[in-house]
Amino acid sequence: MALDLPFIAAGVIAFAVLAYVILDGFDLGIGIIFPTLKGEANRDLAMNTVAPVWDGNETWLIMGGGGLFAVFPLAYAVVMPALYAPIIAMLLALIFRGVAFEFRWRTKRWKGVWDLSFFLGSVVATFAQGVALGALVQGVAVEDRAYAGGPWDWLTPFSLLTGAALLVGYALLGSTWLVMKTEGYVRDRAARLAWLAGPATLALIGIVSLLTPFLNPLYMERWFAVPNVFFTIWVPALVLAAAFVFVRGMRGGRDSWPFLASLAVFVLSFVGLGISFYPYIVPPHLTIAETAAPPLALAFVLVGAAILVPLILAYTAYAYWVFRGKIDPDHGYH
Amino acid sequence: MFGFDALELARFQFAFTVSFHFIFPAFSIGLASYLAVLNGLHLFTGREVYLRLFNYWKIIFAVAFAMGVVSGIVMSYQFGTNWSVFSERAGPTIGPVMAYEVLTAFFLEAGFLGVMLFGRAKVGPALHFAATLMVAVGTLGSAFWILSVNSWMHTPQGFSINEVGEFVPENYWEVIFNPSFPYRLVHTVLGAYLTTALVVGAVGAWHLLRDGAHPAARKMYAMAMGMIVVVAPLQIVAGDFHGVNTFHHQPAKIAAMEGHYESYPDGAPLILFGVPDDEAEVTRYALEIPKLGSLILTHDWNGAVQGLKAWPRDERPPAEIVFWTFRVMVGLGVLMLALGVWAAVARWRGRLYDSRPLLYAALAMGPAGFVAVIAGWVTTEVGRQPYTVYGLMTTAESVSPITLEAVTTSLIAFIVVYFAVFGAGTFYILRLMREPPEEGAPEDVVGPIRTAGITPGPTQTRGTIRGQAET
Repeated sequence: MALDLPFIAAGVIAFAVLAYVILDGFDLGIGIIFPTLKGEANRDLAMNTVAPVWDGNETWLIMGGGGLFAVFPLAYAVVMPALYAPIIAMLLALIFRGVAFEFRWRTKRWKGVWDLSFFLGSVVATFAQGVALGALVQGVAVEDRAYAGGPWDWLTPFSLLTGAALLVGYALLGSTWLVMKTEGYVRDRAARLAWLAGPATLALIGIVSLLTPFLNPLYMERWFAVPNVFFTIWVPALVLAAAFVFVRGMRGGRDSWPFLASLAVFVLSFVGLGISFYPYIVPPHLTIAETAAPPLALAFVLVGAAILVPLILAYTAYAYWVFRGKIDPDHGYH
Repeated sequence: MFGFDALELARFQFAFTVSFHFIFPAFSIGLASYLAVLNGLHLFTGREVYLRLFNYWKIIFAVAFAMGVVSGIVMSYQFGTNWSVFSERAGPTIGPVMAYEVLTAFFLEAGFLGVMLFGRAKVGPALHFAATLMVAVGTLGSAFWILSVNSWMHTPQGFSINEVGEFVPENYWEVIFNPSFPYRLVHTVLGAYLTTALVVGAVGAWHLLRDGAHPAARKMYAMAMGMIVVVAPLQIVAGDFHGVNTFHHQPAKIAAMEGHYESYPDGAPLILFGVPDDEAEVTRYALEIPKLGSLILTHDWNGAVQGLKAWPRDERPPAEIVFWTFRVMVGLGVLMLALGVWAAVARWRGRLYDSRPLLYAALAMGPAGFVAVIAGWVTTEVGRQPYTVYGLMTTAESVSPITLEAVTTSLIAFIVVYFAVFGAGTFYILRLMREPPEEGAPEDVVGPIRTAGITPGPTQTRGTIRGQAET
């Protein structure tokens, strides 16, 4: 059987985007809830839980964007201009939050400024990502192998809703991460936030999921036509199971369960997105097959990915392993 | 904005963001290697001074690297946001090469950066050295792939063009190892090493001007000057090779760099200075040395050299820019060589650390690498105009269907944010550099006493030597 290279390549890109969402999701989430943590030492502690890994987490964003460029150049060339404003806003916001990791230690007087920069940067980057996702789900106008819409097509009530949903979702990842990685004040504070963000995330995912099928008859059919529905029904069912694990973990003091349950919710939402999109990569016009790079390009990238992605996962896991467990408040080079 | 059209603003935005971005890797490529060397020297010699220098430069590296990362993410998306037609058509060929940059280099440096910055106590000195080495290998790997892509845009090969105008890859070996790549890679990496050496040397000189006996300052200053002595001449040779390669593949760029509008079938002069005028097609006030231009480019006094008039006006790069940037780069390169030779002579006379004119010169040359690297970059990129893919796809064809208002807004936002954020970062780096590396155990004093212990002098006894060593 011949390998369906475009399909495998789409899987690799999807994996990179998912890895980005769950990895950078929690460190962006820490930025989102940053102002609710009072006291400099507590903020330092929260920051230090991600300081050694945020850069690697963000590399998955380059992998997602750069990978799209490599294996689906047409999709990349259509999506980027279509989402011009949210993408540029995200890039600028990521600058503000990325440099804050270093800058806030290099000054006393301006530490508050870089804390604010970390918070606002995280919020804007997250919101822009959510808006971009919503705009993509809604569909992108394409004519003649190029984006054919206007500069404001991305701005709709639905995309604003997905932006808000992602903000709450990342806040959930961030707060449950802190529950897992810290003790004392920061952990308790984060736990209280997680109790708010958890139900809110579920509610927003529910609303977005209910609206999505009405955006495009294709999505409706994907989800609700028989026999698809016998498979798709598992996605919401597993989300509820994850919610159950979240509650059990929070109540029972099992501090890593809420984070893992939140990750599961994100993975399932992502799977749901995949179900809606397939076989399109830029709905409603461009499919995976028609935007794929030529076979030699796909093969070249996929051979590299097959060897290197496992290696990357291995040493990324090693880096997480080095800094495993609850964080020591005295840890960090600062 | 100011009468510019969307294409010009998109070009300006790319030039602005890439120039800003390039400052950081130009520094961090060399600094990552320097950190690996310091870490390794500490591991194998056990001398504290290397660890102290490592810890000192590590913090500076972290700040510079963070700025490099965030400004680099912008680049990886800007191909799509502002140059979507280029991305769509050239993506099938160069996209995969950039994917290898992410897979082999970005993850490697980012993955081990945390261990390098924070993990020494957790993983021990040997693994810490390994992590530092991985960061250094990652930065060099990144240079390898991205310069391959960039070189392909100058000297494209290994592809065919299909019915929708896409560059379809035929042979990745040819794509990656395109004709200008080896030269550009060597020239750029040496440039990055020189840039770092000049910065390290200037910081060492700054502290030696205040305290000539500071052991860590002496060490970094000596290492940096040693590096400059070796690399500056190599860089000039590499630059010459790169220029000859460009002459073969992009003669119009060379003509613009040299300020030649007329062709010289039997020996071109070298124009040292002059004022090129693209409109009038003449270089005014030219100070020339007959035949030397041909000797450099063709290694023959009478070699033929084409002038810009050999190409239609709309296929010429602007001499009014590259003529100057090229001279800035070469002029600074000569000054770097002079600094290296001066330092070598001072060392030979035993006056490396206390020649104050030399210390001031090293301090003044601190930023020279950045200026030279940016000037060189502008020369090669502007010299590629009016093309993105040389000879095949113009810059005007490459641009995204983005409105003037959108590009204007994003350009202003980039300018404001970059100056504010990276200005603050540069200020913090300078402030870190202002403080000397911390003083630890005075091991440079301990060293000679131990030596004395092995071969005791006539008036010394074992007892007093041991007593001194123990204090």
